[in-house]
Amino acid sequence: MHEWALAESILSAAQETAEKEHLKTINEITILLGELQQIEHDIFEFALKELAKTEGKKLKHVKFHIKQEKSMLQCTRCEHTWSFDEMKKTLGIDEAEAIHFIPEIAFVHARCPKCSSPDFDIIKGRGVSISSIKGS
Amino acid sequence: MEPRISIINKRLQNVKRVVVVASGKGGVGKSLLSSGLALHLEKKGCRVGLLDLDFYGPSSHIILGVHDVFPQEDKGLIPPRVSGISFMSLVFFTHDKPAPFRGGDITNVILELLAITQWGSLDFLIIDMPPGIGDETLDVLRFIKKSEFLVVTTSSKVAYGAVEKLLVILKEQKIPLLGVVENMKQGSSSFVETEVVGRDIRYLGGILFDPHLEDAIGNTDSLSKTTFMKELVVCFDRIFF
Repeated sequence: MHEWALAESILSAAQETAEKEHLKTINEITILLGELQQIEHDIFEFALKELAKTEGKKLKHVKFHIKQEKSMLQCTRCEHTWSFDEMKKTLGIDEAEAIHFIPEIAFVHARCPKCSSPDFDIIKGRGVSISSIKGS
Repeated sequence: MEPRISIINKRLQNVKRVVVVASGKGGVGKSLLSSGLALHLEKKGCRVGLLDLDFYGPSSHIILGVHDVFPQEDKGLIPPRVSGISFMSLVFFTHDKPAPFRGGDITNVILELLAITQWGSLDFLIIDMPPGIGDETLDVLRFIKKSEFLVVTTSSKVAYGAVEKLLVILKEQKIPLLGVVENMKQGSSSFVETEVVGRDIRYLGGILFDPHLEDAIGNTDSLSKTTFMKELVVCFDRIFF
């Protein structure tokens, strides 16, 4: 249920943007959910909607667009690329859950499937980010 | 856009003081001083949290003898209580395996921990730092505005040479600096004290090398009875009580 904490950060960032850009209302927030973090879409959306009710006038009529972002990891040694789907097959339940809490834990529990290096990059699909905020 | 930065102040809004235990040099006893300080403050009746940000060599969990606990999930992560201290460390997720992070990954881990950890109300949050003035130090300065630094050195000129660089950065950036502790003090040299006072920084005192300290690692009751703790209390009560 740490989806709530991340949802809260989205709304807090939206409020900050509204202040900075002098927006009276925020109409739409587009959010990317990176595959690596394995966020429960339904819980996250529910949390966003529930929290938005307590955020005051600016977020009263906000719409959320939530898009899934596929992951891509790339080995810095052999340049092989792979996805979390592929990585998941080698992980235990506890290891996958640890990555859910902190995506960088992938560097602890996973290796490049081609050369076994721990030195790889998360190219995309890490976690929760804001793609755009629209307001007036 | 990065949403996590904006929630950090809210997560720490009910934390009265954030004490960052840091050093320019490794192996000077930051983790022991962090754990010892947390235990002492808790005994004094304070609400205390301890965050281990040393990802490459976490050791607070070894010092406190942390076993079979995990943060509780409730709209974030609530740190487990260890000897009365709210304790958070990456070891809960690494299962004590090596964490080979690059710089940007370290920032992401710090951001994630700060964004999802629900500390609640605390009098003190103690942060056990890794050595140096790299990513973790810069991120703490960037993300935790109410940080107060407590710097640790040994009597060694080699150690102090590295520690001095941290002191220069903290002074230059006008970061609140509680003072410098000289740990594992041997001999009667006043080199460190003279250097620190010469920089107009508070010298909090020396803690003599305690040959029996190692036997108390992992047992907080034994740790509390060590000479190390008795001397630590003298140093820290000067600034906290």
